[in-house]
Amino acid sequence: MTVKVLNAGLLTTIQDIGRYGSQKYGVIVSGAMDSYSLRIANILVGNMEDEACLEITLYGTTLHFEDDTLIAITGGDFQTTIDGVNAPLWRPVLIKKNSILKFKSAIQGSRAYIAFAGGISTPIIMESKSTYLRAKIGGLEGRAIQKGDILSFGEPTDYSQELFQRLDKKSINWSINFNEIINLNQNQVIQILKGTEFQLFDKESQHTLFEKPYIVTLQSDRMGYRLEGPPLSLSESFELLSEGVTFGTIQIPTSGQPIILMADRQTTGGYPKIGQVITADLPSLAQLQPTATIRFKEVTILEAENLLIKKEKFIHNIKKAIHNKVFNE
Amino acid sequence: MPKHHIEVNIKSLGDSALIVQLGDGIDPAIHETVKNLSELLTSQPFKGFIEYVPAYNNITVYYNPYVIHISQKSSLTAFEIVSSYMNDLVQQMKVNKKEDFKIVTIPVCYGGEFGPDLEHVANFHNMTTENVIQIHSESECLVYMLGFAPGFPFMGGMDTRIATPRKATPRLSIQPGSVGIAGKQTGIYSLETPGGWQIIGRTPLDLFLPHMSPPTLLQAGDRIRFVPISPSEYTDYKEMK
Repeated sequence: MTVKVLNAGLLTTIQDIGRYGSQKYGVIVSGAMDSYSLRIANILVGNMEDEACLEITLYGTTLHFEDDTLIAITGGDFQTTIDGVNAPLWRPVLIKKNSILKFKSAIQGSRAYIAFAGGISTPIIMESKSTYLRAKIGGLEGRAIQKGDILSFGEPTDYSQELFQRLDKKSINWSINFNEIINLNQNQVIQILKGTEFQLFDKESQHTLFEKPYIVTLQSDRMGYRLEGPPLSLSESFELLSEGVTFGTIQIPTSGQPIILMADRQTTGGYPKIGQVITADLPSLAQLQPTATIRFKEVTILEAENLLIKKEKFIHNIKKAIHNKVFNE
Repeated sequence: MPKHHIEVNIKSLGDSALIVQLGDGIDPAIHETVKNLSELLTSQPFKGFIEYVPAYNNITVYYNPYVIHISQKSSLTAFEIVSSYMNDLVQQMKVNKKEDFKIVTIPVCYGGEFGPDLEHVANFHNMTTENVIQIHSESECLVYMLGFAPGFPFMGGMDTRIATPRKATPRLSIQPGSVGIAGKQTGIYSLETPGGWQIIGRTPLDLFLPHMSPPTLLQAGDRIRFVPISPSEYTDYKEMK
């Protein structure tokens, strides 16, 4: 089972849930920017949730399917077509041999995910298939997908094969209500916790962070979102030693313009941390395009944990619901 | 043995990580505490633990709050549960633990095309390049942490007579193996990256070994000795691989 890449697009990489356990060696986590979309795409085709998918950025990517394949497309809306007809999103799709799947440009969100039943066959390096471009490891030879690449898939699970058989016989009239879990709007309130150095910022900056909008600039990528807005400053200069950082850490470098660390962040950082985006909002943040507007809102750690638990339960319930839809209706 | 009380301060790093602060500044004694706590956590992980990252005087602990929530059935937050677990671990730490560490010898070809900033460092301190090489290779350095890039060691213990500020404008590309100085720190680039350190030489050794376990030549806690080699010895090392 293979597909051939006819067009690569802006930046298409193989990503799974991330490379955990090696950050103490300086090895970055990588993985999907929008992990909820990746996990749901995998669930829809019967894969393990953390299996590798293609992550497509802003525009591009055309694939030629060389066999009948069960796939699911989630994340942003890229006006995707299968042989010229609008492709259904957020549900399992059977693609017939010789079909062409084409992603145009994102009209909603900024990253789309394609899961293939059986997952993408590529070596597991340090527990993960995720592409780490700078270290040239993971994914396909440690690089982004290129025109002419052939992707092959693993053995589909029994559950995937059963899904495939049943979907072949009846049409689907349902899809996942992703609005419950991801916000694809380009003007968003992002919920944060105060960062470890919040108190070291002057009173005006502490206030500004929650009062003024910040714009996602063009210098934003998988490593970090560089924002532009009123500059934020420390009450007095202070030297922080490098220490662990994480997905969603909001750092303030000397320019005073915030940087939000994303999937390809370094493992450690030495800039003061004014805030930390809550885990439940990271996928929505990852769907923002350059020029999008962010307003930050403070929540408590209890609220942050409760939102995270609510979304995890939603994903858990999707699994049960799909099973019911496909096997019992 | 008298019970030694360790000052510990735990701060949240969002809802899925926290930082256990074990002291201030760069100090081999605090580093020893960081190392002890890291080892304890590795041998006694809690349910929902993902990984940790040691730094100069703290460790960052990454966890999955949902796993903790479903396994604990507690009214406490995951942050409170992990904080209390880490506090208990700190109190279990043995003081006066016998030190065991690895000494790693790093061959370095100083100056020339491999160390384009060696002369700058020498001029900055009004000494000869031979003096800089001698001082650098006589220091025994301690790897406090890895970060910035895979296998990149943040080291302390370099002789401060050759401490030199970073370059005003970082280089766009530095070759892997390049040995640099930034202020009182010395480090070794593990990947081709941009960087602002003063480059005085290069080692033929690979610092990042993605197909090995652990995937790095150096680990936090290692002691480093630099040994000067000639360009032909550098070539021999490279060909041996």
